Amino acid sequence: MTTIFRAKRIITMNPSRPEATHVAVRDGRILGAGALPELEGWGPYDLDERLADKVLTPGFVEGHSHASEGAMWRFTYCGFLDRMDPGGKVWPGACSIDAVVERLKEADAKLEAGKPLSGWGLDPIYYENSRRMTRADLDRVSTTRPIGIIHASGHILQVNSKALEMAGMLRTGINHPGVPLDAEGLPLGELKGPDAMTPVSPLVGLDRGLLATDEWGLRQFARLCVRTGVTTATDLANLLEDEAVDMMLRVSGEETFPLRLVSLRVFRNTTVAGLIDHAVRLKKRSTDRLRLGIVKIVADGSIQGFSARLKWPGYYNGAPNGLWYVPPEHLREAFRLALDAGVQIHTHTNGDEATELVLDCIEDALRKYPTPDHRFTLQHCQLADAAQYRRMRKLGMCVNLFPNHHYHWGDQHYALTVGPERAERMNPCATALANGVPMAIHSDAPVTPLGPLFTAWCAVNRRTQSGRVLGEAEKISVADALRTITLGAAYTLKLDGEIGSIETGKRADFAVLEDDPTTIAPENLKDVRVWGTVHGGKVYPAAEA
Amino acid sequence: MVSQHEAPIPVTVVGGYLGAGKTTLVNNLLRAAAGRRLAVLVNEFGALPIDADLIEAQDDRMIAITGGCICCSYGSDLVAALIDMGRRTPKPDQILVETSGVALPGGVASALSIVAGLRLDAVLVLADAETVRERAEDRYTADTITRQLADADIVVLNKTDLLSNEARAERLAWMQTVAPQARILPTSQARVPADVLLLDGPGPVRGTVAATHAHHHVHDAGLHASEAFAIVDTVDADRLARELIDRVAGLVRAKGFVATRAGPVALQIVGRRPVIEPAPETIGTKGRLVVICVGSPVDRATVEAAIAAAR
Ligand SMILES: [Zn+2]
Repeated sequence: MTTIFRAKRIITMNPSRPEATHVAVRDGRILGAGALPELEGWGPYDLDERLADKVLTPGFVEGHSHASEGAMWRFTYCGFLDRMDPGGKVWPGACSIDAVVERLKEADAKLEAGKPLSGWGLDPIYYENSRRMTRADLDRVSTTRPIGIIHASGHILQVNSKALEMAGMLRTGINHPGVPLDAEGLPLGELKGPDAMTPVSPLVGLDRGLLATDEWGLRQFARLCVRTGVTTATDLANLLEDEAVDMMLRVSGEETFPLRLVSLRVFRNTTVAGLIDHAVRLKKRSTDRLRLGIVKIVADGSIQGFSARLKWPGYYNGAPNGLWYVPPEHLREAFRLALDAGVQIHTHTNGDEATELVLDCIEDALRKYPTPDHRFTLQHCQLADAAQYRRMRKLGMCVNLFPNHHYHWGDQHYALTVGPERAERMNPCATALANGVPMAIHSDAPVTPLGPLFTAWCAVNRRTQSGRVLGEAEKISVADALRTITLGAAYTLKLDGEIGSIETGKRADFAVLEDDPTTIAPENLKDVRVWGTVHGGKVYPAAEA
Repeated sequence: MVSQHEAPIPVTVVGGYLGAGKTTLVNNLLRAAAGRRLAVLVNEFGALPIDADLIEAQDDRMIAITGGCICCSYGSDLVAALIDMGRRTPKPDQILVETSGVALPGGVASALSIVAGLRLDAVLVLADAETVRERAEDRYTADTITRQLADADIVVLNKTDLLSNEARAERLAWMQTVAPQARILPTSQARVPADVLLLDGPGPVRGTVAATHAHHHVHDAGLHASEAFAIVDTVDADRLARELIDRVAGLVRAKGFVATRAGPVALQIVGRRPVIEPAPETIGTKGRLVVICVGSPVDRATVEAAIAAAR
């Protein structure tokens, strides 16, 4: 059965046929794109006119997100910026501590007694005078119910007195950099880092372990993908234990599941050999809509948390260098074993020293196991310099940059973490393209909101929240940005033969847009409206998602 | 007053880079447990690194060890594992935390304070005498190594048997510049006298302390001696600790109770770090102190002089 979709305009990313008005689909795949008469040669068809006034692009590919973004919507949104939930409702930002408290009071009133109240997305860096929240603020919501809010970064938990008391932490004698104390020596209510968060997280309903098997959350994530034009998304750090894989296979196998999920096995709770072996076994369980078998390794921390590994001269404010999250020896071993076994690795590096180490390790591993087209990918890789891009090119690396950072925390990078010069070269998309390094760009949802068009806008405009342009020379064109959020990301996942452009043989995955991203002013790219998606030839309007 | 039952569990942090001998040390201590219920938390996965002859039973994450000890891996969640340990019955007498090769042991030590019912006893950092200098100059690991060593109460300079005498002396001198705050114990096969690291069980120092009691024997870590002292007068505890640390050659540890003008206190010295806390029980005016030295005998006259200086 053939369906031919008519559209106002189809942007194909196929250079020999960059534009079309019709696309023919059979069995979930593309027969061809072109003018109607060209496609009629495929035989009898149904003409689908539902998208006749829409602009189609290849379905967007989010190369670094976490399906836990969906599960976050179980909790009260407390972020500073407006954010759309999976049902399409836009939650206005809570732009002061009082506003957060008011919002939590509303949620508290609707919640059964005894249940913990959980929130997410807090980002106190934006509040007036950067005032930090304390447990006294949350005690205004409740003194009898435990309350916890996870910060936007995911690395800090904000709690009330009741939560501290239940965890046995409302006492003096705690001496830990992640637990700031008040004048009486009691915790202020801000818990930074996994050590400080662990005793309290499960008591406030924010147990990390539960998120991986959260079926409701996965469905919400897929809805968000429809609303943002995404047809393939990564779930970048999952332990992929059997129970989670079984759930994901079942849900993604449903006829009307609108998303192809690429879930990476994160290096945790196993040995290097166990990791690579697990990836090999996972690959065999892959289906069209659940792709398994790639590995994610975290080499260092974050720049705004001062836990990234920086080369000399280090942090602008003089903070000591960050920590290795994995011993360099293990990284070296992992790359060798992975190349030998044909497993792809994506490595989280933020600081330029972490990037340098990965480049050294891959160079070493390639000498032992020469592998053309390995596509090992650097994730975030925010601070890499030009020389490192030249090495990436020679070593066959891909990069997935994080331009959303400029908008969300660019002003802080400029003033505090790395200083003006390096803040301007963070996420240097133009340098990557000029050096021929295959590139994707990402949101790291839920750290920043899922939305490839917004990410593309960030790469095109490089604007901070205060309006500063960080790195004029690293801006890229709208055409390059659109290619990056489709074919670019697909390439880093070794899926560019299947998705990322609208041409014969590929999956019939489209983003369906109300506005034309190539004719709208570049500074308005983020305002392009998404009508929905087509995934495997099925139409998914956002309004019904 | 804190009863014996509620006394916090002492925790020993065992740090050091990959290959420094942390696992060997832990196995040595398990062999020397002598009835103590030790709980060992390791960062490794796969086959837990416990010598086969010590294992009584084992599942995925936990090994039961002959004599009532246990070993489990904590992965990325040390604090959760510590909370679990504190809830076990019977409670462990002491917990040993083997850190990951790139962790800063000081960071691990401060995490202990997050869990109620634990107290830090000692931070031990092992170093492979053969490779430590090279690692401390490596562009990627240099600061990790030196920051680890700077966190130590006691540095175990391991594998010195593989070095010539000159190299050994050079390494020792270098280590003193990198970890001036620590006592340094040169050794091989990660052998450290058990009473330097293993405590007498929960609560205060137990057993009879006779002023004449003493034992000496030769260890890999050089001469090892432990002597007890009765202290009849009231002393200034801070001063006593400082005098002992400055004067007594080879002192790695001291523990006991002394009477001060403000009442009785528990006095501990770990490496060069004094810990002075209110005594958990009334000891009257009779103080007693056990002094442990490695590498030289306990010089009684020097200890007595330190006590006299603190009166
Ligand atoms: Zn991420």
